[in-house]
Amino acid sequence: MIRGSVVVATDVCKGCELCIAACPQDTLALSPQINRRGYRYAVMVQDNCTGCINCALVCPDSAITVYRQPKVTKHALSPQAAAEKEN
Amino acid sequence: METRTINDIEMEVVYQKPETLTETQMHYCPGCGHGTIHKILMEVIDDMGIQDRTVGVAPVGCSVFAYNYMNIDMQEAAHGRAGAAATGVKRVLPDKYVFSYQGDGDLAAIGTGETIHTVNRGENILMLFINNAIYGMTGGQMAPTSILGQITSTTPFGRDAAAIGYPLKITELVAHLPGAYFVTRQSVHTAAAVRKLKKAIEMSFRYQDRKKGTCFIEIVSNCPSGWKMTPLQANEWLVKNMFPLYPIGDIKVPKEI
Repeated sequence: MIRGSVVVATDVCKGCELCIAACPQDTLALSPQINRRGYRYAVMVQDNCTGCINCALVCPDSAITVYRQPKVTKHALSPQAAAEKEN
Repeated sequence: METRTINDIEMEVVYQKPETLTETQMHYCPGCGHGTIHKILMEVIDDMGIQDRTVGVAPVGCSVFAYNYMNIDMQEAAHGRAGAAATGVKRVLPDKYVFSYQGDGDLAAIGTGETIHTVNRGENILMLFINNAIYGMTGGQMAPTSILGQITSTTPFGRDAAAIGYPLKITELVAHLPGAYFVTRQSVHTAAAVRKLKKAIEMSFRYQDRKKGTCFIEIVSNCPSGWKMTPLQANEWLVKNMFPLYPIGDIKVPKEI
């Protein structure tokens, strides 16, 4: 499984929960703490993010940055072969 | 590409806030569709690399401060007159990409005349129409686009057709005009809908190069504060009540590809 992760800008998040509803993996939930504007913000509660970017697309405040493992293709060169090719 | 290590796995950024969107924190209520639409619009401008060649026209309404969030050239228009202001901008600067960003109180109420005549003249601009069936900024009064039976602060017993008339489907109205080139209705309530909207905006900017007429995109959006709901309830209400009247899809597409 491709692993992903999200980073929420906690001070920007307004706790609208749209990302939580959009997440197919139930990775996100609202935090027990509040941010400096008084909103509960989105946090990762499970480590099963696939980096599908659905949460970031529906986020009205652009608070979410999504990270994903680089895709490994079948024909990817091994480090040795890549070094040879460069030479 | 920016990478970072999370749990000993090296990961790369696959999605982040578009660069053309400023760092200013938005004043919109939690869950408001305006923020999503701003973001997608700026993403398209980033992807096409037309930040220095785009001029936007901001309306009066909730999105009156759109120029604070979009790092492009913007012009504020008088209430309802964004279509007329965008016409002027496009005629003086014909090689720029021009769009107007208007809500339903702006485009479909006070600015109905300007909207219809702008489209009828076939100005080569993109008109973005954000329809949330209510006047959100002033406290949730009835808008021309409010659906029958909808409870607002000025129709506390629901909108009654006998007293107030019927909802105005201005997108269908302008689609009949010969000046309209591309007319579509989109939404931002799910990630799939956001992706479709992005495609529609991108196509509209590309159509501007052809100089064939006005592109008109209606975006069915929510107003959690005006509807007195949570954002999630608002999106459910939108699917249940607004989509039967305002169905999503293309209304007029150009014949030649």
